[in-house]
Order: sequence, then structure tokens, then C-alpha cells
Amino acid sequence: MRKVLIIGAGIVGCSVARELSRYGAEITVLEKFNDVSCGTTKANSGIVHAGFDAKPNTKKAKFNLLGNAMFDKLAKELDFPFKRNGALVLCFSEEDLPNLYDLYQRGVANGVEELQTLTGDQVREIEPHVSKEVVAALWAKTSGIVSPYEMAIAYAENAAANGVKFLFEKKVTKIAKKGKIWQVETQDGAVYEADMVINCAGVHADDLNNMVSDKKIEIIPRKGEYMLYDKTCGYLAQRTIFQMPSKMGKGILVAPTTHGNLITGPTANDVDSKDDINTSFDGLKEVWEKSLFSVPSLNKKYVITQFSGTRAHSTSGDFIIGMSDKRGFYNVAGIESPGLTSAPAIAVYVAEDVAHILALDRKTDFIATRKGIPHFATMSDTERQKLIAKNPLYGKVVCRCEVVTEGEIVDSINRPVGAKDVDGVKRRTRAGMGKCQSGFCMESVMEILARELGIPFEDVLKSQGGKIVIGKAKNGKVEG
Amino acid sequence: MIEKNLVIIGGGPAGLAAAKSAYDNGERDILILERENVLGGILNQCIHNGFGLHTFKEELTGPEYAKRYIDEVIKRGIEYKLETTVLKVSNEKVVTAVNEYDGLMKIQAKAVIFACGCRERPRGGINVAGSRCAGIFSAGTAQKLINIDGYMPGKEVVILGSGDIGLIMARRMTFEGAKVKAVVELMPFSSGLNRNIVQCVKDFDIPLLFSHTVVDIKGEGRVSSVVIAEVDSKLQPIMSTAQEIPCDTLLLSIGLIPQNELAVGAQVSVSPITNGAVVDENMMTSVDGIFECGNVLHVHDLVDFVSKESEDAGKSAAEYIKSGKVVRDYVQVVGMDGVRYVVPQRISKTCALDKLQLKMRVGNVHKNVRLVVMAGDEEIYSKKKQIVTPGEMETVILNREQIEKVIKGEQMIVALKGE
Repeated sequence: MRKVLIIGAGIVGCSVARELSRYGAEITVLEKFNDVSCGTTKANSGIVHAGFDAKPNTKKAKFNLLGNAMFDKLAKELDFPFKRNGALVLCFSEEDLPNLYDLYQRGVANGVEELQTLTGDQVREIEPHVSKEVVAALWAKTSGIVSPYEMAIAYAENAAANGVKFLFEKKVTKIAKKGKIWQVETQDGAVYEADMVINCAGVHADDLNNMVSDKKIEIIPRKGEYMLYDKTCGYLAQRTIFQMPSKMGKGILVAPTTHGNLITGPTANDVDSKDDINTSFDGLKEVWEKSLFSVPSLNKKYVITQFSGTRAHSTSGDFIIGMSDKRGFYNVAGIESPGLTSAPAIAVYVAEDVAHILALDRKTDFIATRKGIPHFATMSDTERQKLIAKNPLYGKVVCRCEVVTEGEIVDSINRPVGAKDVDGVKRRTRAGMGKCQSGFCMESVMEILARELGIPFEDVLKSQGGKIVIGKAKNGKVEG
Repeated sequence: MIEKNLVIIGGGPAGLAAAKSAYDNGERDILILERENVLGGILNQCIHNGFGLHTFKEELTGPEYAKRYIDEVIKRGIEYKLETTVLKVSNEKVVTAVNEYDGLMKIQAKAVIFACGCRERPRGGINVAGSRCAGIFSAGTAQKLINIDGYMPGKEVVILGSGDIGLIMARRMTFEGAKVKAVVELMPFSSGLNRNIVQCVKDFDIPLLFSHTVVDIKGEGRVSSVVIAEVDSKLQPIMSTAQEIPCDTLLLSIGLIPQNELAVGAQVSVSPITNGAVVDENMMTSVDGIFECGNVLHVHDLVDFVSKESEDAGKSAAEYIKSGKVVRDYVQVVGMDGVRYVVPQRISKTCALDKLQLKMRVGNVHKNVRLVVMAGDEEIYSKKKQIVTPGEMETVILNREQIEKVIKGEQMIVALKGE
């Protein structure tokens, strides 16, 4: 059987793995972190873009449109949170009106449907919390919101159900070709062989490409910082509210999340380090100040967390998708915004292309659907009763803020490509994502992780490389 | 549907005291719902002493104080359910709760007391920039890890915020062999009790830096250092004063927030200042038959005050169940000129109490002031204060004569005045 190695388990790697698992091949995903969705995928706006923003006739424009149209069906098939809530691009001055109209025209040229322009008053009629300064807006009804990490996890679980092997803590250090076979070495010294290597390494995709290809690419990490508000603020925006785009990206957005929080951000600053995902004083200040232009009634006291991620900005300006100059080394690189939206379509394209090149057969036993973890918080009382009768652990609430039960946490750890640490549980179940930000439940989640993984309590991690406690407290010493 | 006269949400100090008092005032059909696997609430992890000086005239540890009330509840045979989470309370006082052994329960109550305490403000609430690695804890979480689970959160510690839990954890971490490098406080004063500043920080020569804050957290995987800086009079950091402190742990003691999500769901009016319900002198909220007491109502300094307040709430609930009497006419209580809030926020015009305790906090440190109470234009109470600080709750007790004056009017004002 043909062997395919996918490097990177973000949204691109996971979706490519799933689409390729429709074909008969031995597929392995190598991921440097200890879980899927640990890079850019876990820290972005979670917007399913309508497609008016990308330059016409680019890969970005093409895959954005194709990807956007796939979400309704895909979210049902793979059971991840998605909502088509529509988006507004706010225009704050009469002078900018021509730019707004340009944006509308670009959208039409890209094939975006259901675009319309609104006056300031019309905007405030549908979004009453939008600033009085707004004079007009572009309304894109096909825009949506998605939980990006849950989408990647869903893709990964479904890929695993279809035979894809996920290997974690496998940072690739060397790629070489021996005859027709690619040899990929990881940090732990292991070597993996494959007929085809698919580079889905996000901000590090250039490092991998440049190890083998004569055609060098450059990925610049572009940091975006965000602020997340608690659910009491969710009412402030029904739609995704953008400001008119600038050279540095789409500006600061104010948007609801699929779980009912409110998100503001991102900044767009090119940074030196690809792994620099620290928030900054200036970045958060910028997010705060700019978000007020759109929704002046935002109140900082309801912010529950801040985060940042780095987008994989390619200096070429467009997605880099296709076989490199070295046969068998396939790039899916520079997948920055609208990368999340495009990922489903890119994955289908790449899988078909790779299957064609390797002459892979379509499987007859492909499992197209995946069922997520039952979500106690959003169930009816009757559903809850049934579930508890089946498994009493669903009657034990661990995370009080988000109402997450022990049953869900145990499930998140034990399912394929399961959670290995506190943040992994959080992304899968929302335990720790509420108002107290895990202050109350972290220790219970740690106990469950230790029990289910069969590891000592002190070895439980927050995320890769991050132990939460340093060991047992000294016995017999009490204060007083 | 199960029927209960009184459902008390929370089996910590507030819920226990409310239950005991409701029982002693004649109510027998009581159910306490507690989330944890033991009664006692947060007291169980407060193994330091200093509890009970007012209530029992002796110094107890948290668990000892809790045990006194747990024993009283058990002695009276009051029913309670552990590991039971309340999911919803309706305006009609239907309580939806869940646990492993009963499954999902719906309980129709005649009266409900919210006694579900507060939570710690997380890092996000104050916008501290930097890494989101392991090693950043709210002080209470660290306290639980050490005192309940027996694990050390870290060995080189910086504490942001000088609230009481932060101060107590400075001492606790020191006792356990950790090095507390600094306690950093944004304000020019501490929001903790003076006795804790002395006994937990000064006695151990731990630097307590006022008008400072954390401006950056560094670390991959685990905290490796934090950067602190002085703040100006507008509380903005002065970056030229930044200094990096190597450490593996940052504890946050940056405020407590009453947990009123359930109360809001029951359409209880919540004060934006206390984040707790708006109550009358009987601790009754804006919804008939729903009461609040303890840290869910407003954050207290001492558990003794929580117990007292909760006993009042328990008594009122028992009386409400008996009489079904509700009040519609209120005198509004207003804090001004430095008084940030007063609890209760309103007093019924039919108030028949002989003594009425007002609890309040100021917004800033004031020296040599008078705390005055005005009924209409008349000053009915005045007390000299050498110093008032936001960290120490102030109380005023009005006698019957003063209450009579208050309930004749429409508004009562509590304010600070110069000497």
C-alpha cells in the first residue's frame, strides 16, 4: 500500500488527512505538539468568510468560495459548531464609501452571493449596538462562524476512524529522498518512510519546504491578538462585524462565537519568532481601542481571557498548493486567512490530486460521519435524564461555569485522538472556558486525566511541556 | 416534581448558617444542595486560623469553623445532597439540580436561599499580557492544590494582588518551602485585611509593592519570569520602571466576584456595584421568596459576618414560608461621597426590626472622616473614623428610634464627611 506522510495536524493537516482517507493508502500524520489543533488553528477568529475580500482569480478567492459553501453539510457530517450568522463591514466615513463599493464589486467578481450595502441606520436596525459613527456597511449573508479547534478535532477523529494514524511530539528535523522513497526524521530519532510527503506545517511550512526544495518559500508569522468576553456580552453582536480592511489585514472584528461568547481582534503584526504566541500590552490595547469604534458599549470587565496566534503569511501573497519541484513533496503552505474557510475545499482538492498522482483507489468503506461528545449544557432535560441513566458520570458537573460533566471529560480523553492534557480537555469539552477560567475545575480535570491516562497527578500537563504542579507538598508542615 | 419548603443552594458557611437559623425559627422542610463532596465550602481549604473570633470568641481554622456549623446542621437532621449541581432556578422557584445518584431533579420550593459564594477574578479580567503557559493560578486554586490535594504549585512565586487570599497564600507558600519574591498591588493600598498584611507578608519580609502591576508573563510550557512595573496615578504602567523577576509561578489575587448566574436566571435584580442581588433588610431579593446571603450577596472580609448575615436570611425565609408576606414599599438606601455600596440596598417601610445592620465598603482610603447616615435631611447617625479602607467592611447598626425615622422617608443616605 502507498504510504503518505502528512506533516502538521492543524486544520489543514487534519482536513487533508480526512479527505485522503477516502482513498486506500497508509496515512500517517506527524505533529510536533502533543495534540491536534495546537498552532494557528486554536487561535484565530473562527470566521467562515463570505469571500469578498480576496483578490479575484487567486487561490484564496477560489478556495474561499468553494470552502464556504461546504460548511453546512460538513458541520452536520462531522458534528462541529458552525453558524451562518452573516457579516458586516463597517464604513466610518463618507470618504470611504468608494472603497466599500469596491469591496462589494470585488465580492460580486468573486462570485459571492447575497451581498448588499446598508446605510448606517439600516446597520443599527439589525445590529443596535453598532456605533453611531457608522455611515454604511457591506452585508454578506453567507459569512459564518465556526469553532476552529473543534472543527480540526472533528476532522482528526473522523480521519482516525478511517485508519489515519496520528503521531504526536514528532517534530520533523530532516527530510531526505532515497530513490523514490522519502525519509522523514523526527526529533526523537525515528525515521518514517513515504511515497508522498504533504507539508501542512503552518507557520513552519517554509522550513520544511526549504529543506528539500530549490524553490524557496518564505512564511512570515503574523501575530493576531484577541480578547474574549463572557457570554453575557454575546448579545452585543449577532453578526461578524468587520471594519474596512487595511493593508495589514481585515482590521479589528467584533463577533459572536459559536458558543455565545464575544470575540474582538485580531491585531496584525509581523513578528520575528514563529512560536511567539504571547499577548502583548500594546496589542491588547490596540484590540481594545479599535473594537470600541465598532461597538462603543463594550465593557472590559467582562473580558475572560486574551490569546494570540500567528498566521502563516506567505510572501507570495497567495496560498501555495501543489507538488514542489521535488516529486513526492507536496506543499499546502501559506494558508492564512481565509485559510480556515478554505480548508475543506483545499483538502478535497489536495486529496484528489494526491490520489491521482499516486493512483490510489477510492475506498468503499469510508465512514463519512463523526459524532461529537454529547454536550450536556445544551441538551433538553429529557435528553439529560436519558444520558445519566446510561452513564451516571453525566450527572456529575465538573465545570460549573460551562456546565461540563465528568462523562464528557472522560469521553474526551478516551475517544480516538483524545485529550492528553488540561487544555486538550478544554478544547474538546469547554471545561475551563467559562467565567472562572478553570479556577474551580482545573484540579478536578487534573484528577480525571491522571485516572484515565494512568499517570501520577503531578505529571498532568496544562499543555505540552507545562506541568501544573511541581510535586508533593512537604508533609507535616502546617502553618499556625 | 419534588416539593420542599426551603431549598438552600450552597453548603458553605452561608448555606449552613441559613439552614440552622431557618430550622431554629420553625422551618423543618429544608434541603441544602452542595456541589462538592463535603459540606463547608471554601472554609475546607482555609486551614489557617483566625476564624470565629466574633462568633465563638476563639480562634479557629477554617475546617474547625465549618465543622461547628456542619455539626449543628446534622444535629437538627437537616437534609442535604452532596455533589449536586444546581443547573437552573426559575422565577417560580423551581430548582433544577443534577447529581450522579438522583439524576436530574426538579424541586418546587416555597423559598430559595442563594448561598453559593463567589469566584476569583481570572487573569483575563485585568488584561495581563504575555504567555498562557502553566504556572499561572488564581490564589484560591493554588490554596486548594496545596491544602486539599497536597501538591505544590511552584517554588518561586510572584503574587499579583493583595487580596486576603493572596496574602494568606504568600505565607502558605513560604511555609511549604517556596520563595515568594514579591506581592505586587496595583493600588496604592491593599484590599486585604491589615492583620493579613502584617502576619502573612511583613512578618516574612516579603516585599509588598504598591502601585505596581505585572506587565508581561514569560515562559514556554511553564512560567519562567514575570515583568512588573510601577503604575502612574491613572494606574497605567510606566514601562521605564519595568523589572523582570525570574519565577515559576504567578498567583493572582485580583478580586472576588459573587456568582449570580443562577440568580440572574431567576430574574433577580443584581447590583452592578456588588455584583450581588439587591436585597432588603430581610435579605430578600427582588423576587418574592428568593433570598441571598454570604459572598454571593457581597464579598465579606470575615466568615463571622457571613454567618450572621445568613442567619438573618434563614430566619426571614422561615418567616416568609409561614406568612407569605411580601413587601412592596421600600426606602431606598444610597451610598455616596466615598461610600461605594451599602447592603441592604432597600428597607421595607414596614420594617419592624429593633436593630438594623448596614454593611458597606468605601471606594478609597480616607483618613479622619465621619461615617454618617441621613434619613431625608436629618443626620441620624455619625461615627468618627481615623481611617476607612476598601479592604475593610464597615458596619453601622441603627436602633429602633433611628429605624423609625428612616422608614418614614423615601431615601436613606450613607456617606463619608470631613470632620
